[in-house]
Amino acid sequence: MAAEKAGADILVEALLDCGVEVIFGYPGGAVLPIYDALFEQKRIRHILCRHEQGAAHAAEGYARATGKPGVVLVTSGPGATNAVTGIADALMDSIPMVVITGQVPTTLIGTDAFQEADTIGITRHCTKHNYLVKDPDKLGNVIQEAFFIATTGRPGPVVVDVPKDVQVATGVYRKSGPIAHKAYVPRDKPDPKQIEEAVEMIAAAKRPVFYTGGGIINAGPGASQMLCELARITGAPVTSTLMGLGALPASSEQWLGMLGMHGTFEANMAMNKADLIIAIGARFDDRVTGRLDAFSPDSKKIHIDIDRSSINKIVPVDLGINADAGRAMEDIVKVWKARQHKKADLQDWWARIDGWRATKCLAFPESKDEIMPQAAIRALWEATHKKNPIITTEVGQHQMWAAQHFDFEKPNKWLTSGGLGTMGYGLPAAIGAQIGNPNALVVDIAGEASIQMCIQELGTASQYRLPVKIFVLNNEYMGMVRQWQELTYSGRYSESYSDSLPDFVKLAEAYGWKGIRIEGQQELEPGIAEMLAYDGPVLVDCCVSKLANCFPMIPSGAAHTEMILQSDTVSGVMEDEAKALV
Amino acid sequence: MKIQTETAERHTLSILVDNEPGILARIAGMFTARGYNIESLTVTGVSEDETISRITIVTGGSPHVIEQIISQTERMPPVYKVTDLTEIGPHVERDMALVKVAGTGDNRIEALRLADVYRARVVDSTTQSFVFEVTGNSDKVDSFIELMREVGLVEVARTGVVAIGRGKEAS
Repeated sequence: MAAEKAGADILVEALLDCGVEVIFGYPGGAVLPIYDALFEQKRIRHILCRHEQGAAHAAEGYARATGKPGVVLVTSGPGATNAVTGIADALMDSIPMVVITGQVPTTLIGTDAFQEADTIGITRHCTKHNYLVKDPDKLGNVIQEAFFIATTGRPGPVVVDVPKDVQVATGVYRKSGPIAHKAYVPRDKPDPKQIEEAVEMIAAAKRPVFYTGGGIINAGPGASQMLCELARITGAPVTSTLMGLGALPASSEQWLGMLGMHGTFEANMAMNKADLIIAIGARFDDRVTGRLDAFSPDSKKIHIDIDRSSINKIVPVDLGINADAGRAMEDIVKVWKARQHKKADLQDWWARIDGWRATKCLAFPESKDEIMPQAAIRALWEATHKKNPIITTEVGQHQMWAAQHFDFEKPNKWLTSGGLGTMGYGLPAAIGAQIGNPNALVVDIAGEASIQMCIQELGTASQYRLPVKIFVLNNEYMGMVRQWQELTYSGRYSESYSDSLPDFVKLAEAYGWKGIRIEGQQELEPGIAEMLAYDGPVLVDCCVSKLANCFPMIPSGAAHTEMILQSDTVSGVMEDEAKALV
Repeated sequence: MKIQTETAERHTLSILVDNEPGILARIAGMFTARGYNIESLTVTGVSEDETISRITIVTGGSPHVIEQIISQTERMPPVYKVTDLTEIGPHVERDMALVKVAGTGDNRIEALRLADVYRARVVDSTTQSFVFEVTGNSDKVDSFIELMREVGLVEVARTGVVAIGRGKEAS
């Protein structure tokens, strides 16, 4: 008979058994026993964030940059509700995360006790799964099961709600062997017949396109290598969603750039004119497809996804392969090689693609005095790409410009909030990424509006001496909102001006950071160099052209072929049907 | 601009789940969150040790929506299996209602006569009322209740649909 231990000690031991090295959290009344147990040990490092939302995004950043699950520890009530945005974000972007929330004692649950919230009810639909543990004997196994569910299949956040009396009461803990969940059996092996069929379809295609997504990043670095191999042996062009950037090196000749609303002309035209689309770990998001009835009308479609519910959800496909992206690609490569298929003759297809590439859709108007935001991103890339940096972003124009103009060569280097589109993600995510990669260069490309949503995390970076860099593209507007108002509402800029901005340089200095302001072209390169030369956290306030728009753009409700390449083609009003789309 | 809606076909789904706290809220909530319909929902423990429950849901949607409902339900960790009984073919569906009817004279006699036609049993009686128990598929129960309106319907309590596949195999 194993010795009995307090629930809080069982929890810490189970976390250690699950390989946890770092927890992002914030203490409070209902987790005091757990914090006391953490105080007594040295193996798990606790990173004190300044807000529970920040803790959750930091755990996401850690997970995305390291491939390990992120762990969050917060108190009951407001601690849990503050974490909800980060949890929902992790669900949308399939980030493995385990969130431990304190809860009022079991005897007080349901009595509107101090700092009580129905955490299980609130998080039920923004988690992959959640648990309320009422028995310390079960706590250890629930934690292990939570990690299993968070990290297998389509990854996602799992919440474990632990009442305070369960943390104090004693129980028995045994490390379990490999978890065999009764009902949850994630599927990762592809069906060999379907793989054969996929190989035949790819070999027969005249105009194939690989449409790849975040699932490849989630499937591990091996999956990205497999994509490179698959692209090499088939010779087909590759485009990717926002979440999948970096799986194929941007320097590859087969890389078309990102697709979708702010994707490249060549990627979207290739999708439209293709005769075969091979979707891998991507989910046909509305930002990708544009108007559905005009989406890739003449193609057959193969969809490889670990989540069966993603297959045929938005776009009906000809062949749905429910499997892990890496394993499916590996099998396709094996069968392709075993059959000694040659690269198909795609010369005509590439000639058409080169024609689309010639439009140079990412070109932007130059300016002598103002810094164009796109130019700032290009300059940042020039100065940093050899250091193989990890880039995080907030949400808005700067995010799309970063996706368009910062070229990624490797997976796990691009951390952005894609599905939920959470402003405030970038700074805490950069902190998490830096914790997981102490020697990496981590840069949060931000906007002046987004950065203020989790600005308090400046203090976290100071406390742990994290040399995180923030590069704010400051145009004094919630730029994407302003751009839509310009395109859709005749330029009526309702509440989109960033009024009463702080002096970001002084703000940075107040937190012990270095602050740098860049105004005008001549300061751009020296400013970036100064940022990189400084051994410590730096916030750069880069003042850019105020009214620049992010193009190319597929307006909402339009087809891939109806891209706006530059602003002079924009009318400024839209039909109600288009206005109703997000 | 007008909001558009799709035409629906009716499907009966049989869902086997781990009998953990909150499982019903989890599944019902997913239906609401994703905008799916619930026409009827029943749940009860079905394994000997009560660790597994069967949830029977009658829902509606286009074939595409039904496929989504099944895979969205199936991917929830506590769900073992979802069977689309409407899709697999022969199956038995039963719905039970307790129907209270009050009245005297001709109405009372007519109510009894109709109950006999529908094989409804009298499970409670006073000199001025009956409670009938009627069992069958939902259409039969609907039409019995409809007829009772004319002869003094007071109130109805109803189980919702339970269903199971025909033949020797587990569904």
